[in-house]
Amino acid sequence: MSAEEDHIVRFDNVGLRYGTGKEVLGDISFTLYPGSFYFLTGASGAGKTSLLRLLYLAQRPSRGMISMFGTDVITLPRVRLPGFRRRLGVVFQDFRLVPHLSAYDNIALPLRVAGVPDEDLHQPVSDMLDWVGLVDRADAKPATLSGGEQQRVAIARAVIGRPDMLIADEPTGNVDPEMAVKLLRLFEALNRLGTTVVVATHDLHLLKKVPDSLIMRLDKGRLNDPTGALRYPPRRPVMPA
Amino acid sequence: MSQAPAFLRGVTTRLSGLAGKSGRQLLPQARLAGPMLWVIAIMIALTVVAAAGGLALANVAGEARGELSGAVTVQIVEAGAEAREAQARAALARLQRLPGVADVARVPDEEIGALLAPWLGEANLGGSGDASIAVPALIDLRLNGAADGKAIAALRKALAEVAPAARVDAQADWLKPVFSAIHSLQWLAASLILLLAAATIAAVWLAARSALGTNRETIEIVHHLGGTDAQIARIFQRSVAFDAALGSIAGLALGLIAVLLMGSRFAALGSGMVTGGGLRWQDWLLIAAIPLVGTVLAALTARFTVMAALRRML
Repeated sequence: MSAEEDHIVRFDNVGLRYGTGKEVLGDISFTLYPGSFYFLTGASGAGKTSLLRLLYLAQRPSRGMISMFGTDVITLPRVRLPGFRRRLGVVFQDFRLVPHLSAYDNIALPLRVAGVPDEDLHQPVSDMLDWVGLVDRADAKPATLSGGEQQRVAIARAVIGRPDMLIADEPTGNVDPEMAVKLLRLFEALNRLGTTVVVATHDLHLLKKVPDSLIMRLDKGRLNDPTGALRYPPRRPVMPA
Repeated sequence: MSQAPAFLRGVTTRLSGLAGKSGRQLLPQARLAGPMLWVIAIMIALTVVAAAGGLALANVAGEARGELSGAVTVQIVEAGAEAREAQARAALARLQRLPGVADVARVPDEEIGALLAPWLGEANLGGSGDASIAVPALIDLRLNGAADGKAIAALRKALAEVAPAARVDAQADWLKPVFSAIHSLQWLAASLILLLAAATIAAVWLAARSALGTNRETIEIVHHLGGTDAQIARIFQRSVAFDAALGSIAGLALGLIAVLLMGSRFAALGSGMVTGGGLRWQDWLLIAAIPLVGTVLAALTARFTVMAALRRML
């Protein structure tokens, strides 16, 4: 990782409004370092999903500056966005699985988008299916999967490309507590390999299960950072890729 | 859920992605709807008929021009039979000696009579009496070069002394209105082909936009996973090209049936000019290229439509 990429994401005074409405996010400033584990919390309507949309490049902010992997992504031409998106793994709150593809093909999709030939797909996709306990549901379409199974497919799809940053919006919302812990262990395994993890959640019990995690609390569109530790965090050791 | 998956060992990636079957699976509704395939077939069939018609007319005109380019008719328009005969002989003798004349022959009076008899009646022709109609003597000649204004003027000058009753005309002049009509029909065929191409583009544009709308959610997901506009457009382009190729082949078959039927009907007429309107191998090659051009046009239209629509997304 070059010196320019010592941080993975930096937000400086970022604001977001939809249309001519009032700002849903205001003066958001923080820095995410590689290998960190963050929980994003806040009440419903606090702006968690809007902040995540900015993070996974589905939205441009109304003001402020966002730097990702050492590059200003606000002025980045849209033709260069796919390259950045491939370095991200996203678990959407509503899963966003492709309805006419099987669980296997949904999980394989990021690799196919990245140009991995079919003959190289089988092993990693089978491993992922095994890991999330869906080997026997490989050929099932999303409509025939339960909410928890769909969520596991969505998580498998997000992590199969071994992203530099994993962004998960309520990833444990539809699974039982045992599965929630297992998924969290997967996120931790990725995190230990250097992947920055950002998990938005309402579940305060989860926060205690990852002791080294940092908490980003949103309150009415503002980031609660009284000590400035999120904006100017102490340098953390960079994990090996 | 077992121990950490092997994907953590990493995967080698190559940037080609979503080609072939996986692309078709991802956006199954990127294909043109059923009726659209037949719309393309009809467009191609009409284009084949228009192109074949235009090419046949070009051949008719070209052949007629070639035949008539050096052809000249000399009429001796003299009421007196003896004077007419004398001038005709003198004119023939003079023409045979002129440089630049490739071939010259007098049209026998019997042949002229036979041609005119159905209209004028045999009793009124060929006689020398007061009641008979005086028919001009005709000399048919072919020049080495074109029978242009300069050549005709030279012939008139050469004949003025020996056959003052001679009228010299280039045969092509008589067919000028026919050539003009053929030219107009060729423009009409070309205009029809352009209009059909425009209609095909419009139909594919509409179908591609509809397919885009149907697949919007999947396209957004692929974008979020790092898919490029070009990857998505390529899926649409290939699907549309495949469907357009099927439609084009069906259209070519329909068009060829129509062209061959029309050709056999015209050939049965046995008219000199019409038989010159047969299609040559180059023409058949051009006609065979129409479905190819139609398919490429449809694929490019789909690509540009999809790329333009995707540019409006982040």
